[in-house]
Amino acid sequence: MKIGEFIEVPTNTFYTMGLVVGVLVVSTVVRRLLQAKNPSKDYTELRLRIQSWWWMIAIFFTVLIVSRKLAIILFALLSFLALKEFLSIVPTRLSDRRAIFWAYVAIPIQYYYVAYDWYGMFIIFIPIYFFLFLPMRMALIGETRGFINSAGVIHWATMLTVFCISHLAYLLVLPVKNPDAGFAGSVLFLVIITQMNDVCQYVWGKSLGKLKIVPKVSPNKTWAGFVGGVLSVALAAWFLAPWLTPLSNQQGLLAGFLIGISGFIWDIVISSIKRDLEIKDTGQLIPGHGGILDRMDSLTYTSPLFSISYTTPATRSESSVEDLVFPFGGKAHRFDPARIKLTWKKQAS
Amino acid sequence: MANHNSHLDTFVLMSLFPLSVIHQVRPVAAADYFFGNGRLLAWIAARCIDIVPLDRSGKTKREDLFNNCHESLDQSQILIVFPEGSRGRPEQLSRLRRGIHYLVKDREETPVIPVRMHGLGHALPKGEALFVPFNCDVVVGDKIRKASDSADFLKSISESFNDLSKYLVTKTQS
Repeated sequence: MKIGEFIEVPTNTFYTMGLVVGVLVVSTVVRRLLQAKNPSKDYTELRLRIQSWWWMIAIFFTVLIVSRKLAIILFALLSFLALKEFLSIVPTRLSDRRAIFWAYVAIPIQYYYVAYDWYGMFIIFIPIYFFLFLPMRMALIGETRGFINSAGVIHWATMLTVFCISHLAYLLVLPVKNPDAGFAGSVLFLVIITQMNDVCQYVWGKSLGKLKIVPKVSPNKTWAGFVGGVLSVALAAWFLAPWLTPLSNQQGLLAGFLIGISGFIWDIVISSIKRDLEIKDTGQLIPGHGGILDRMDSLTYTSPLFSISYTTPATRSESSVEDLVFPFGGKAHRFDPARIKLTWKKQAS
Repeated sequence: MANHNSHLDTFVLMSLFPLSVIHQVRPVAAADYFFGNGRLLAWIAARCIDIVPLDRSGKTKREDLFNNCHESLDQSQILIVFPEGSRGRPEQLSRLRRGIHYLVKDREETPVIPVRMHGLGHALPKGEALFVPFNCDVVVGDKIRKASDSADFLKSISESFNDLSKYLVTKTQS
């Protein structure tokens, strides 16, 4: 689909974006009607929420349409904001400042590996090199009281906000196997399915949920919400996958289950974090939504799992359901980053 | 009137005002520090930030100490005052000084608005040059009732600071 003279958006991506904008238009209209019907009721929260959605969607889509590099920069910025937010709500020592500085330095390095599609370094830089470097820097600072706690907090924060979120960006640089969807297709797929998962689990849980899964952590999470959410999302993924990604219907179904389940897991993890800190929102950056961590939410968990399991089928010409790599999958041993790199080079030439 | 832990405090407070009034907002700052540490700092303090210099050395007579401040308030400018007098230890409230009381006690019409900030002492604490990004909280309170006695006034200021601390989102450990 050509927009103007220079910008070309692949058909499926274009229509998907249109659909999302359509959903937003409908929700804006519905909100206005509700407000007109009961003028006494306060809809400020809902209004702010939808307004923020407009902004987020506008920025996200514009960046995806303009260029891949710009999108990678946007994700790096998101990582930065998320890391900053995390380290601001979790108590750190004053002497950790210089160690935290290096956590920020890790962001451009990690996204450099993404942009230049250096898979090996991308996948080990933070889990290995940064993991080993950080305690060294902290030891040189010399404050030993609370050392273990701080080293844990800073590395955990970097893993969640930089390593995990960068997997979202990595989907952008995989070779385009579905020309109708283009490079943005799989990112759109992941983001849409993840957000849909949040909504579905909420709706299912509200409408027929009784039996609670982890009442201590999150009293709103019920078995009905979880199972209903995962099933609806898997169904949606089954439909959407061939449209937006190189995955087949069955692979899409598996990806849907993966996203549904891991999205739920992140929900209870972030609830535990917030309960530990005794806060409701992680920040106030996005009106009506809370902080950046509140909004990125399950993407933190779904991106690395989806991205890793997706990398093999996306980089091979022929793929089957078994190629989706799960840690417990029968053919997990097939996953070989070095070979991916080679396949890729071959295709490029 | 705010607590003070970082050079960034002033900029954060100024950034909260709309651009149209920002030239009316002036921080009250130590003359010895800003005018005694090189010409560049003095130039920035005087020309860019437009500080109201305050003599901390004790040489100025008590009744003349706040002349600059009064002059500025008479022109209905907004003053930023840090009653702790110095940045002190990161993220800790130091002892409040009485100057703020003497500055406003005869000015019925001048409101004193407390602002509690947190997080900037981690981003750029006293004595550090490396800036590290952190989120910060700025909590603006209700105006503080004047008192005839300086001790009472300082007490209500510190009560107000403690009260506003409940709204802080960011956390640090010292």
